Amino acid sequence: MARKISMRQAINEALDQEMARDPSVIVMGEDIVGGAGGMGEIDAWGGVLGVTKGLNAKHPGKLLDTPLSESAYIGSAIGAAACGMRPVAELMFLDFMGVCFDQIFNQAAKFRYMFGGKAETPVVIRAMVGAGFRAAAQHSQMLTPLFTHIPGLKVVCPSNAYDAKGLLIQSIRDNDPVIFCEHKNLYGVEADVPAESYAIPFGEANIVRDGKHATIITYGMMVQRALDAAAALAKQGIECEVVDLRTLSPIDWDTIIDSAERTGHVVCVDEAHPRCSIAADVSAMITQECFKALKGPIQMVTAPHTPVPFSPTLEDLYIPSADAIAKAVKKSMGK
Amino acid sequence: MTAPNSTAGIFPLDKAGLLQAYRTMKTIRDFEERLHADFAKGDIPGFVHLYAGEEAAGTGIMMHLEDKDRIASTHRGHGHCIAKGVDPKGMMAEIYGKVSGSCRGKGGSMHIADLSKGMMGANGILGAGAPLVCGAALAAKYRGDGGVAISFVGDGASNQGTFLESLNLAAVWNLPAIFVVENNGYAESTSRDYAVAVDSFVDRAAGFGLPGVTVDGLDFFAVYEAAGEIIKRAREGGGPALLECKMVRMYGHFEGDQQTYRAKGELDDIRANKDCLKLFSERVVEAGVIPRSELDAIDREVGRQIEDAVAFAKAAPLPTAADLTTDVYVNY
Repeated sequence: MARKISMRQAINEALDQEMARDPSVIVMGEDIVGGAGGMGEIDAWGGVLGVTKGLNAKHPGKLLDTPLSESAYIGSAIGAAACGMRPVAELMFLDFMGVCFDQIFNQAAKFRYMFGGKAETPVVIRAMVGAGFRAAAQHSQMLTPLFTHIPGLKVVCPSNAYDAKGLLIQSIRDNDPVIFCEHKNLYGVEADVPAESYAIPFGEANIVRDGKHATIITYGMMVQRALDAAAALAKQGIECEVVDLRTLSPIDWDTIIDSAERTGHVVCVDEAHPRCSIAADVSAMITQECFKALKGPIQMVTAPHTPVPFSPTLEDLYIPSADAIAKAVKKSMGK
Repeated sequence: MTAPNSTAGIFPLDKAGLLQAYRTMKTIRDFEERLHADFAKGDIPGFVHLYAGEEAAGTGIMMHLEDKDRIASTHRGHGHCIAKGVDPKGMMAEIYGKVSGSCRGKGGSMHIADLSKGMMGANGILGAGAPLVCGAALAAKYRGDGGVAISFVGDGASNQGTFLESLNLAAVWNLPAIFVVENNGYAESTSRDYAVAVDSFVDRAAGFGLPGVTVDGLDFFAVYEAAGEIIKRAREGGGPALLECKMVRMYGHFEGDQQTYRAKGELDDIRANKDCLKLFSERVVEAGVIPRSELDAIDREVGRQIEDAVAFAKAAPLPTAADLTTDVYVNY
């Protein structure tokens, strides 16, 4: 039965149901319970934005607050995964991966390959991504392209509560390391979410709006902006198909190429910086695979090649807008 | 009356145990000496870091472990692998880049692993094994099977944040984790005395609330006994500890290293006076516990075993183009 719940609740529910299903699932991170070792309330925070709130009481001993030592505890989650556990480690902000990246890209990502297929590392690293929270340069980045570049990692970035629950459950059950990117501005956004457990397979994009004139390909918070752009363009007689990638690695090339071939006009939208972004990657692949079907140059709408600024005025300019997306669609159509 | 060949009161192991220790150390030594020779001939691709001279430490520790116990090794990992029970034939084939290798030729010398033996991998990133071992120890704690996990670092990697963070995490979570500092005096070419600000690694452990002990890593028995106590304590829920083994490296940081940073005569002194294998055999022979002839017989068997491993590696098939893209994901 579906109810309207927020993405925060959907993620909490996925963790709850997977911990109940499989005793090897544990959750660790900084302040994921909150108040450990203190004289006050336990479960004081439930994560810095309250995503894991309430889980400690339901699953005693399965949630581990960690010291502020990202290398040690992310590595620990990876080591435990290689020894039969299914840890979900919360990195809080994906920006913090700089202090523990070795454990992610040199260790977890490579175990299966380096060890000749004889190792499994079923670890999930959850982290907040994205701008719009007035959190400035070190707490706002969309670093999905960095992880997508690394063979051995899977990269997930849901755009809504329904996908977040199904994709997180899939991430926990998956036998590869998964970087699960949660856009902090989507935590409060509600959607219809079934109460029962369900998994959404990786590598299956979701066409969230049908359209015959142009294709907008994106993920995460940009999906809603693309839908807003499509709604505005529809009033002008331009029907856009909006493709929500949902997972960036693996990526659903079939759906991307099929849509590009059908419409012939493509806009790739990415909250990441432009160079070596998901948008650039998708654009290159479309050009290579279906150049002849294109009726105009592919357009990219991305954040600028700058750090995320603090001033709300600047940050609002930094984040790709629905208006910029709509303009790019028109440009791709020569309008 | 003491039975003939009894070790009681002299050694902490019975005769079979002593012979096993010798065989393991000799296997490591011959494996490494053979690689040294074959690398010089140009037979071995890539980087090779040899464990020769350090055998007493890895062997003395690993003799307390079972397959369920995990270790994370270093770039100098061949000795740890052999002592943990990884098949030398598969290892040799791996180092030759063959598909019959322990990791199907995809890991090489710096990434040999065999999780079925509890060997979580040699590691090309210094200090990276320590957090992984915290995870392995955490998994053992959840399983409740009395398993322990051991992280090896050199004196050089003991300066890594990953290592220091892991000491704290292991103490905070009271993990059955043991941190072994193999202090061979050099971080690559840089002296331990230059790069480590404190005189004792035990002091470092104390700074994180861990007990620590320093032993003569050339003395198999000292390592064996100290490791035994620490491992037993961890198995019983007593928590993490640090063990520093002072030892020597018989070769360079990697093969091809001219070692001009060493003092004049340093390597000759190591060969003459600090050879842990020689020290071990002299002790057991002089104590009258094992006749020299029995050690010689092991030498011959190990020699044949290494010869077989090299022959196996050389004859083993190379990977094919189809192997390039397998084993990246559970399904590519």
